[in-house]
Amino acid sequence: MTQLFTHYNYWIVVVLMMAGFFIVIAQGNLVKKLIGLNIFQTSVFILYISSGKITGGTAPILQEGITVYSNPLPHVLILTAIVVGIATTALGLALVIRIKKAYGTIEESEIQQRDHTC
Amino acid sequence: MLSGIYGFLSASFFVLMDAVDVAFTEAAVGSGISPLLMLLTVALVGRNEKHESGKSIPALVLVTITGALLIIGTLSMPEFGSATAPAQTHVGPHYIEKSGSEIGIPNIVTSVLASYRGFDTFGEVAVVFTAGIGVLSLLMLKSSTVQKPVVTSAHKHKVLRIVSKILIPPILLFALYVQFHGDYGPGGGFQAGVIFAAAIILYTMFFGVDIAQQVVSFAVLRVLAAFGVLLYGSVGLVSMLNGGDFLDYSALAENPITGQHIGIIVIELGVGITVAAIMVMIFYCFAGQVNDTGEAGQ
Amino acid sequence: MLSHLPILQVILPLLGAPACLILGRGKLAWLFALLVSTLSFCIAATLLYTVYHHGVISYALGGWQAPWGIEYRIDLLNAWLLVIVSGSSTISLLAAQSSISSEIALDKQGLFYVAWLLCLAGLLGILATGDAFNVFVFLEISSLSTYTLISLGPNRQSLWAAFRYLIMGTIGATFILIGIGFMYIMTGTLNMADLAERLPSASESPTVFAAYAFILVGISLKLALFPLHLWLPNAYSQAPSIVTTFLAASATKVALYLLIRFTYTIFPSEFSQFIIPLADIFVALGIVAVFSASIAAIYQEEIKRAIAYSSIAQIGYMVIGLGIGGVLGLQATLIHVFNHALMKATLFMALAGIAVRIGATTLTSMQGLGRKMPWTSFGFVAGGLSLIGVPLTAGFISKWYLVSAAALAGRWPLVFLILLGSLLAIIYIWRVVEALYFKSAADNSPVKEAPLTMLIALWLLILGNVYFGIDTRLPVSISYEAAAALVEGRP
Repeated sequence: MTQLFTHYNYWIVVVLMMAGFFIVIAQGNLVKKLIGLNIFQTSVFILYISSGKITGGTAPILQEGITVYSNPLPHVLILTAIVVGIATTALGLALVIRIKKAYGTIEESEIQQRDHTC
Repeated sequence: MLSGIYGFLSASFFVLMDAVDVAFTEAAVGSGISPLLMLLTVALVGRNEKHESGKSIPALVLVTITGALLIIGTLSMPEFGSATAPAQTHVGPHYIEKSGSEIGIPNIVTSVLASYRGFDTFGEVAVVFTAGIGVLSLLMLKSSTVQKPVVTSAHKHKVLRIVSKILIPPILLFALYVQFHGDYGPGGGFQAGVIFAAAIILYTMFFGVDIAQQVVSFAVLRVLAAFGVLLYGSVGLVSMLNGGDFLDYSALAENPITGQHIGIIVIELGVGITVAAIMVMIFYCFAGQVNDTGEAGQ
Repeated sequence: MLSHLPILQVILPLLGAPACLILGRGKLAWLFALLVSTLSFCIAATLLYTVYHHGVISYALGGWQAPWGIEYRIDLLNAWLLVIVSGSSTISLLAAQSSISSEIALDKQGLFYVAWLLCLAGLLGILATGDAFNVFVFLEISSLSTYTLISLGPNRQSLWAAFRYLIMGTIGATFILIGIGFMYIMTGTLNMADLAERLPSASESPTVFAAYAFILVGISLKLALFPLHLWLPNAYSQAPSIVTTFLAASATKVALYLLIRFTYTIFPSEFSQFIIPLADIFVALGIVAVFSASIAAIYQEEIKRAIAYSSIAQIGYMVIGLGIGGVLGLQATLIHVFNHALMKATLFMALAGIAVRIGATTLTSMQGLGRKMPWTSFGFVAGGLSLIGVPLTAGFISKWYLVSAAALAGRWPLVFLILLGSLLAIIYIWRVVEALYFKSAADNSPVKEAPLTMLIALWLLILGNVYFGIDTRLPVSISYEAAAALVEGRP
């Protein structure tokens, strides 16, 4: 039972992650797939950042009179990961626009139909 | 819209977790750039959607399995917020204790980002650059579109134009502040680049892509984007020529601390230039598509 | 300068890419990209030579010692793969200009080479680095540029293929990120060597188990290991032909490298062998991959697609080698990585040549080409023979080492299945050969040979196939040393 209180942060992450992952797989709409992917990625960011938190710590900017800082390393990693995430999203959206132009739809099932008929 | 709120919420979460730098970035990206691109796309592809089911049961099974594995994974993790967890006792403390004397700037995140793990950041810039190349190759306009002044709504709205003139200069100034203040507070090249791009994007939204392109043209953006990456890389090369390893800023000057300062400022500048150029470029590409289909529709 | 080789290997193409963007379009960009790729191949060869004779090279980026900074660490395993990847990039680029001029609009050709160099830099970066998170960053560089390259394909299906690959690839990369995060939470470090030291003390914990599981699934997605292979046939058959040549010879190899790296170097060995029956899972998945993909290949009308399925089958063989385990099994895998790059590059290069001239690679459109394009068609035959594993070709050496590794492990059913898999390869190669040489074309208009640069590249590859089928010293000795170092856990 104690785990409920010490790990709740991670478990919220898991729920968020699953929601995002589910949207990616189950949604037929390409834009929604990308939104799902976004949620999935952000939840991983939260996982990392949570791991760096120290109770009573403060932001890792050196100041007089502060001894406990949160761990800066996960922050750095996630800065990089956020950038990677937005880069992927931008490229994905660009692809969606081109797909819409080429196929006239952005529903997964319809695209597959149109590929098989011709 | 919802995803914008989501981005903002996660940004505030990061502040709670003491990750101010991350929060800053997430605020800029998660509630700025990302929803903007989403909205533009939705404007292009239409919002009507078909409802379909059928794949949801296997998907649910897959997601549940993954979720279970994740829960198992978290079971033996150290307690949340614990100061004795391995993550807090091995590599992390070194940065907190030593970065003050080894690099000499107060923001530890910047120290780690730009120096200790400077190569990751170089990779990150390369990722942004790659995405820019990808978007450009996908959405490049079959140019030769006539440079006719498109009358957008902003021309008719004096208020909007004046507001934009009042807003944009401070945003640009703020971007510069963020760019060079990254050593002391949250901020740095990436955030500054995004903010700088936001100012230009705002300008584009008010006056239309064509007019904005007369101010900052595509060709300039291409060169700037490449220049940022090269600037970053050349810092590494110079430190190599000075006898250090790649990206070893200490080799840049007599005094290692000065060298670190110079190195960090220059590479942050490289990051800022590339990010701003690529973001504006991506926006031009997306907005150009909107104009394109709009004209085709008329 | 020699001591900087590990980093030059990666930053040369990485800085070459923006320089290429400034340089412009068309031929100039091509020459520049070819130059950069050739140089990085030379660097890779020098690195391999140095590592083979003088042992592991470690390079501290930014002058910060690991685990605080990022470390580049070149041992025989990744030096070997660096040579394969940069080599296949160079030889494909040699042929690229003639091939893409028929498939990609002129104003996008400059961007094409920029994306190519970025892809090369990403793949080399994954190989060279000794830092787990750095792997993720470079994985994304290579992935994003790969999506771009695929989306430049001639048909609209290429867009859809690229999008599907983007979704699958990002899920895979995010899984890897989760795995790395779990490892970090348990050990507090990201450096591979440091992880290997610190993980055994936590090997009992479910978190480490979950970390390994996530990384395994993520890599398998990238590797297109059965049943996570669904993106590959589309991506390979819709990409510009020359991109397929490059990717087939390099991208999946890099994923396999990651699998080997994480399994052997990072995770505690007792853990990966006993707690989950990993070896058996590898063998089972490998066998299913070989058979299902080979059978799928037999029924394809589009030959590029058929050979793409065959890639999935070949990945199956490599994973079987991993599953057999021990020095011999691993050695068989590493030899096959090299030989498979050779033979797949040959096959796809021949197909690219055909696509330039007749604009399609379907079975019916290729009828009678054996007489019209003898030099190009022979390339396909040679690659096919090597794929089947006929003696005097590189493919035979692969099969020989794989079969003997299975036999020495006393797994006779496995030997039988591997040989049976080769029979299936005969069927799908034979269908093409039959169309090329024994069917007459619908129209008898003459067709020119593939452009000269493509023929040169193709024949270099054919000679490679034959040479490494006869003189096997280089791959055999290097792969043996590399495998032995991994299995015995020497640093």
